[in-house]
Amino acid sequence: MSKILIRGAKVLGGEPQDVLIDGAVIEAVGTGLPDEGAEVVEADGKVLLPGLVDLHTHLREPGREDSETVLTGTRAAASGGYTAVFAMANTFPVADTAGVVEQVYRLGQEHGYCDVQPIGAVTVGLEGKKLAELGAMHESAAGVTVFSDDGKCVDDAVIMRRALEYVKAFGGVVAQHAQEPRLTEGAQMNEGVVSAELGLGGWPAVAEESIIARDVLLAEHVGSRVHICHLSTAGSVEIVRWAKSRGIDVTAEVTPHHLLLTDELVRTYDPVYKVNPPLRTERDVTALREALADGTIDIVATDHAPHPHEDKDCEWAAAAMGMVGLETALSVVQQTMVETGLLDWAGVADRMSFKPARIGQAAGHGRPVSAGEPANLTLVDTAYRGAVDPAGFASRSRNTPYEGRELPGRVTHTWLRGKATLVDGKLA
Amino acid sequence: MQRHLISAADLTRDDAVLILDTAEEMARVADRPIKKLPTLRGRTVVNLFFEDSTRTRISFEAAEKRLSADVINFTAKGSSVSKGESLKDTAQTLEAMGVDAVVIRHGASGAPYRLATSGWIDAAVINAGDGTHQHPTQALLDAFTMRRRLVGRDAGIGQDLSGKRITIVGDVLHSRVARSNVDLLHTLGAEVTLVAPPTLVPVGVESWPCEISYDLDSTLSKSDAVMMLRVQRERMNAAFFPTEREYSRRYGLDGDRMAKMPEHAIVMHPGPMVRGMEITAEVADSDRCTVVEQVANGVSIRMAVLYLLLGGNEPAVTHTRTEEK
Ligand SMILES: [Zn+2]
Repeated sequence: MSKILIRGAKVLGGEPQDVLIDGAVIEAVGTGLPDEGAEVVEADGKVLLPGLVDLHTHLREPGREDSETVLTGTRAAASGGYTAVFAMANTFPVADTAGVVEQVYRLGQEHGYCDVQPIGAVTVGLEGKKLAELGAMHESAAGVTVFSDDGKCVDDAVIMRRALEYVKAFGGVVAQHAQEPRLTEGAQMNEGVVSAELGLGGWPAVAEESIIARDVLLAEHVGSRVHICHLSTAGSVEIVRWAKSRGIDVTAEVTPHHLLLTDELVRTYDPVYKVNPPLRTERDVTALREALADGTIDIVATDHAPHPHEDKDCEWAAAAMGMVGLETALSVVQQTMVETGLLDWAGVADRMSFKPARIGQAAGHGRPVSAGEPANLTLVDTAYRGAVDPAGFASRSRNTPYEGRELPGRVTHTWLRGKATLVDGKLA
Repeated sequence: MQRHLISAADLTRDDAVLILDTAEEMARVADRPIKKLPTLRGRTVVNLFFEDSTRTRISFEAAEKRLSADVINFTAKGSSVSKGESLKDTAQTLEAMGVDAVVIRHGASGAPYRLATSGWIDAAVINAGDGTHQHPTQALLDAFTMRRRLVGRDAGIGQDLSGKRITIVGDVLHSRVARSNVDLLHTLGAEVTLVAPPTLVPVGVESWPCEISYDLDSTLSKSDAVMMLRVQRERMNAAFFPTEREYSRRYGLDGDRMAKMPEHAIVMHPGPMVRGMEITAEVADSDRCTVVEQVANGVSIRMAVLYLLLGGNEPAVTHTRTEEK
């Protein structure tokens, strides 16, 4: 059956409409559309969004298939309403050659749950010394447009400058993990009142802010564009706001966990809360929400970072940094942004689909829900309430900070080019 | 009393005074010809040391043996944080052996808390120092020493340290002793001032219940006790202060500085002392310096803590003839 009629969905949160899919394309959007020959999905009361796009995912394949694979990661993505994810380069081997990025790209296409757009490393082996073959990765079948040493900061100012200049040749963007390495030696959590009490090494806000300040100035100087990964402090917001007001071509992302959680949780010493950049303070959380609402922060990106149980079931200092996020992102955004009145659903579509697709140049994604567009769609039951149960995750790893926490909203259907990848909350 | 002793901040004023009073009773045992009580007979206590500290381990071991516990020493030498799983593995081994209490020393802040709350183990957990976080029995023995010297050995029973002014000097940033002492001394009613170069004071310290000063000389005349912290020489390479000499000039305790302290005031040090840099030999060897007493008091405090966490409700010391063994 090639036709699907989604009946009575609130498209981008608006008035109920019918959406008719024919093959890979949206054929019509309107009211009272005929259901002849179509499989009907009753969507009464649910919100229909363009398929979500995550600019910051760790899929772990190749090299750490015990944490996640392209298959398990894209199934998790489909469960969370995503139709495209950008896979970070810090795999083993590092995605710093055309060969590795093509492999990751092809696995995504073969599995068919979600388009996987590999991110190429900025420097060879993420070592920050020598530019990787950025042009070759761009020209490969993977068509890489985003480059990042994420997990590490491109801290050498000259290398960062060269990377920003070089990718202009093919319209690429450098996504920076802003972390001044010397200021964060031995860092275990946000530096502040809680770290002082707990005696855990501090990760000061200024280590993020000083790199962002430097990089927006570099981007201005060489006339390039820079993207700031997982911005986490109120001060970073101020710098990005200033840079944008000055006309600098900078974009920024925030993770769901930085919109919801604070460093107070580290008092439990439970490594499920250990993440880089670390959870910050209530004041930072408030600033991040406001910045996402006013557009200073452009997008939400998950920084989905799967780790096996044993890497978290230990003392804090020994634990791996990171949290899974693909399957809970939309719920956290609903709670922190929609239910607080900061964003409507059109705003969510903008921050989680339109803009990330534009920043990453993901063709066919982040398109309007209208006739003639690719049928990449996500249907959300926004009235749902329930406690997060990691046992039901499609991700191979279960390191979620939300276990047992009640979050609103549930993705019930996801379509990738008209093909259902998630039906009634179950993977197809 | 709670089931575990992880942080000095977890103790109420009454808990802390009870521990100090119990330690006074325990101290009397040390004056007897046979320094042993049957209290923990048949109980097994493990000293689980992931980080070297002969002094602390011996102090706990002496306390455990005086209470007739079966003692197992487990030294996980070279067990680094990068092999983090070893804590859980070790805990489960101890659990299988039916251990009643674990005294844990670990280089990672929070490791004892994790051991007590992760469900890996049922035993009582006593923190014998974790990373730069807490060392609650050290704070208790310091408070015990202060109470004896500043309030009185018998007059001190039932008393706290209300109104006493305590100055803690040195590497506050990396010091679990400072953290534990600030918490406990505040609970006991004392006024605490931390003195250090700004580089050795943690960001966020403003939420602590104490004063901060960068000037040692101005605090001395107002101090009932001055506690010197250990400064590790490796801090110098990390640019926390310019030179050892400059540190010593600004924050070291010598005879001239000691002379500015009130006559009754004492000098404390958790040991081992770096003579010359943080404290001169003249001060260290003076009778106002309580370092040796602190060591002896450590055993009494640890007996009291073990007894109260494991011993049940009977009086710690029965005044009938104690069992000999
Ligand atoms: Zn990152």
